[in-house]
Amino acid sequence: MNTSEGHTLPAEAGSAPPGPAGPVAKDAGRAGARRRPDVHNLSLLGVLAALVLVGVLTKPEQFLSVQNLQLVLTQASVIGIVTVGVTFVIIGGGIDLSVGAMVALATVWATTLATQQFGLGGILLCALCVGLGCGLVNGLLVSFGGLVPFIATLAMLASARGLALQISEGRTQVVSVEPVLALGRRDAYLLGIPPIVLVFAVVTVVGWLVLNRTTFGRRTVAVGGNPEAARLAGIDVRRQRLLLYLLSGLCCGIAAFLLIVLTGSGQNTNGNLYELDAIAAAIIGGTLLSGGRGTITGSVLGVLVFTLITNLFALNNLETAVQQIAKGAIIVAAVLVQKGRTS
Amino acid sequence: MAPAHRPAPPPSAAHEATGPLLTMTGITKSFPGVRALDGVDLDVTAGEVHCLLGQNGAGKSTLIKVLAGAHQPDGGEIRWRGETVSLKSPIAAMRLGIATIYQELDLVEHMSVAENVFLGHERATAGFVHTAEAREATAALLARLGHPEIDPGTLVGRLSAAGQQIASMARALSHDVRLIVMDEPSAALDPDEVDNLFRIVASLTASGVAVVHISHRLEEIRRIGDRVTVLKDGRTAARGLDAHTTPTRDIVALMTGRDVEYVFPERRAATDRPAPVLSVEGLARDGEFAPVDFDLHPGEILGLAGLVGSGRSEILETVFGARRPTAGRVLVDGRPLRPGSVTAAVRAGLGLAPEERKSQALLLLESVSRNVSLSSLPRFARAGWLNRHAERAGAHAATRDLSLRPDDPDRPVRTLSGGNQQKAVLARWLLRGCRVLLLDEPTRGVDVGARAELYALIRRLADDGLAVLLVSSEVPEVLGLADRVLVLREGRVVHEGDAAALDEHRVLGLVMSDGPGPVPAPAGTAPEETSAPTPRGDRP
Repeated sequence: MNTSEGHTLPAEAGSAPPGPAGPVAKDAGRAGARRRPDVHNLSLLGVLAALVLVGVLTKPEQFLSVQNLQLVLTQASVIGIVTVGVTFVIIGGGIDLSVGAMVALATVWATTLATQQFGLGGILLCALCVGLGCGLVNGLLVSFGGLVPFIATLAMLASARGLALQISEGRTQVVSVEPVLALGRRDAYLLGIPPIVLVFAVVTVVGWLVLNRTTFGRRTVAVGGNPEAARLAGIDVRRQRLLLYLLSGLCCGIAAFLLIVLTGSGQNTNGNLYELDAIAAAIIGGTLLSGGRGTITGSVLGVLVFTLITNLFALNNLETAVQQIAKGAIIVAAVLVQKGRTS
Repeated sequence: MAPAHRPAPPPSAAHEATGPLLTMTGITKSFPGVRALDGVDLDVTAGEVHCLLGQNGAGKSTLIKVLAGAHQPDGGEIRWRGETVSLKSPIAAMRLGIATIYQELDLVEHMSVAENVFLGHERATAGFVHTAEAREATAALLARLGHPEIDPGTLVGRLSAAGQQIASMARALSHDVRLIVMDEPSAALDPDEVDNLFRIVASLTASGVAVVHISHRLEEIRRIGDRVTVLKDGRTAARGLDAHTTPTRDIVALMTGRDVEYVFPERRAATDRPAPVLSVEGLARDGEFAPVDFDLHPGEILGLAGLVGSGRSEILETVFGARRPTAGRVLVDGRPLRPGSVTAAVRAGLGLAPEERKSQALLLLESVSRNVSLSSLPRFARAGWLNRHAERAGAHAATRDLSLRPDDPDRPVRTLSGGNQQKAVLARWLLRGCRVLLLDEPTRGVDVGARAELYALIRRLADDGLAVLLVSSEVPEVLGLADRVLVLREGRVVHEGDAAALDEHRVLGLVMSDGPGPVPAPAGTAPEETSAPTPRGDRP
């Protein structure tokens, strides 16, 4: 506070508008704070554009081919849907390390011979229920069991992977349900867009709407930003946390179904390291790991950046080792940029 | 203020010879929205117990944080043994020989006493800690402090409050310390533990160490103090008073006299009050406060006055359901509330403006309007779908009604001044349609000048039919604003009556005098820890 305001009379202090020298002026009011995520997303778009440019310059024909673009988007879809769920959890002040394991368990459980008897509907329902069930356990452990989210979901990671291995006995369970396989084929594409990508688009839009336009989204931000303030404002913090893990589980169920469509099988090694990819994408998308701030748009852009990098390295026959180093560097760079902006 | 209250520093020959150990001159420090220190002077001589007195918000805690290197002053000069110094960090202060024992002890609970004592200056060779040596040295320090029975290997978390205090002092003494600052060291201690503490202080001063002692208890100051400096509204009201001969009424007058007089709104003539909206029956929490009963009527402001640790904030939070009572109940319109449930309390029409606005009330990353609408979201939503225009308009109407400035609901709430942040919290509850407003230190961190406006606002809300329960450590605030006052001392109501019939001296006498002992904790245990927000010390 500037020194001149220390002992003004009540009337003056009451009516004086905060001048440019006042305490509030140091940080440019509403515009700055509101546009902040957009600036971040714009810079991510810049990174994406740069990556596209690299692709066009290095492998002009392959990179811009319809097949390659379809491939990139398809690859982004499964992890993208998982990332949307994880973004909600992180904004709400939690973490979900079990997403990859939940995806694996859901693909395995939904592709057992017993489940396959019920056809497409059975597989879909089973995948969703497995995701929701695991999410429910996570949520109950965190909300009512008082476990730290890291521990609760780490335990789920281990158990779900173990259960997936037990059910599948380590074998690839091939799907013989024709309608499921048909969804993955080229003739199911709508105007050249794979159905999987359409699902991803729908999940993204719904996620964006839920975060920005509903009481659920508003409460998520509140619980993540300041749980004590949310509690004292009358928000049921435990219920909200439970719902967030359920949401993450649901996203994993959807992703698992898409993975089944994509690969025509279920496998206990599916979804390997999804948890790290999803968290990394959310972080470079501008989500605060401590909760209270984040955007769906940013997370989806983060996923696209990572997928494009993978694609570019594959097209140019570069080693995956280098690719991983590049990913690590991008995470650090993104967080440093973010820190510079918020501090 | 009368010049008689500001005697010159004692012209002692001994001081002239050695010079003061520490001289602080014209120290200023501002935080966003509040000027915590506005020209504080303090001088401390080696070997003395220098008492720092002042009401909450007077700047004591800020001053000792400046002295500990935890806050950097905006202006003023600090001289240490005759040389100008700047205390850039806690380590810098420690190197000079200044050790601070905070009210909330800053020990690592999961480490042993010895590890805590040598935390940050471990005795080590090439990174390997000499555990045995540290334990021996700690044992020697503990013996010097009169507590040889504490094992240096005990985890600090297992010690009693008094034991932790001793560990904290041992840490201070493990440095080559010349000045120890103690922030209300006796607040958490039993009477015989306090005696032991004072013995330690006496032996320290005998060896030439200076002690700056902060306490609300006048009798302690008489017992161990040499000189007294009184702070008031961030300024030194008097320095270097004789701790033994200065009359109590002079000290109280120095603490309470004000340059800026608070302007309190007129009370409405007491008419027949409607039936109580809130009734508290035998509400109690073991170790925090004894059973308390009161009614609160629409249009009435009931004040709870008391010191830090008197149970005032705890009562408020228990009424609100943020802490679970061990006995008694809370009724709204005659219907009992589910105990320990904030959601139930909010649904019944209660609203709390908590003590620590930033950590307990606000979403600092969010806009004013989103902070205000937080408790009323369902009102602006159909099937969970928010009507954002209605939400923003509703929040804006509520903030405009309270003249929140600047009049921009999209501004980030963290950029507001303290008073306007408080208005945002009030607007949240008004928007919700709350009928009982619980205010915990409503003017903490609010500029003196902006307080009158808040007072008028609170009175206006009461006149509009709201029932207000007010907790404040500032006695004039309670007396000026409330209709009725409960005076608390160590968890018990020691007085109940009309605010108009009380004056500040009387209340200060009630809260500081020695009455019955503190509320007994359940046999053999320390006051239980809760996940509920803990009462904080008086910080800016």
